[in-house]
Amino acid sequence: MLRIRQDLVDRIVEHARTDHPDEACGVIAGPEGSDRPERFIPMVNAARSPTFYEFDSGDLFRLYKDMQANDEEPVVVYHSHTATEAYPSRTDIALASEPGAHYVLVSTRETGNADGPYELRSYRIVNGEVSEEPIEIHDLQNLGS
Amino acid sequence: MATEVRVPTILREFTGGEKAVTAEGPTLQAIIANLDANYPGIGGRLLDSSGLRRFVNVYLNDEDVRFLDGLDTAVTERDAITILPAVAGG
Repeated sequence: MLRIRQDLVDRIVEHARTDHPDEACGVIAGPEGSDRPERFIPMVNAARSPTFYEFDSGDLFRLYKDMQANDEEPVVVYHSHTATEAYPSRTDIALASEPGAHYVLVSTRETGNADGPYELRSYRIVNGEVSEEPIEIHDLQNLGS
Repeated sequence: MATEVRVPTILREFTGGEKAVTAEGPTLQAIIANLDANYPGIGGRLLDSSGLRRFVNVYLNDEDVRFLDGLDTAVTERDAITILPAVAGG
């Protein structure tokens, strides 16, 4: 199960809508071993594509360097699908390389850049195996738990 | 002469869980060969028949080796090598 704050979910959706029709991508880092997404880090999609995303290589290096310095790990790795459902594609599955992360997908196919209902789902991807997991969304004031 | 190599989570199954190991060699190619000799199988996760795998990034200090000399990049014991899988998908 992914437990995540509402404001972080909102930021993922907002990023996806802003970058639509290209795919948006990013990470939410959290303290190592905590499984708690805390620090929202939107990344540039170096592919600038509606069907592909990739972190820029230099950005990727700095991201991991910063996380290491902060004793953090990527708790959530998110990206958007802009014409298909929020389910990992074959490429997503083949390239997934953080077995401890929650892979969050959001689809903007219904609303594009506009507000409205969204589809956001979370998965574990380990050794090519996808398993969807429930998402428990918390308000900011319930942070303490 | 040994150079530090930082290993990503996904490849720590080869290094007994170690986040960083050392390897010897004057070039990245030699370093990877030495790594594979000590941690059998890791080389195949980094290289394919055409060289460095497309979705594997290797950095010499803070520079992607693709912007240096690729596998021919010269390495000294004062350098640090970092391996990071691309974060990418469709």
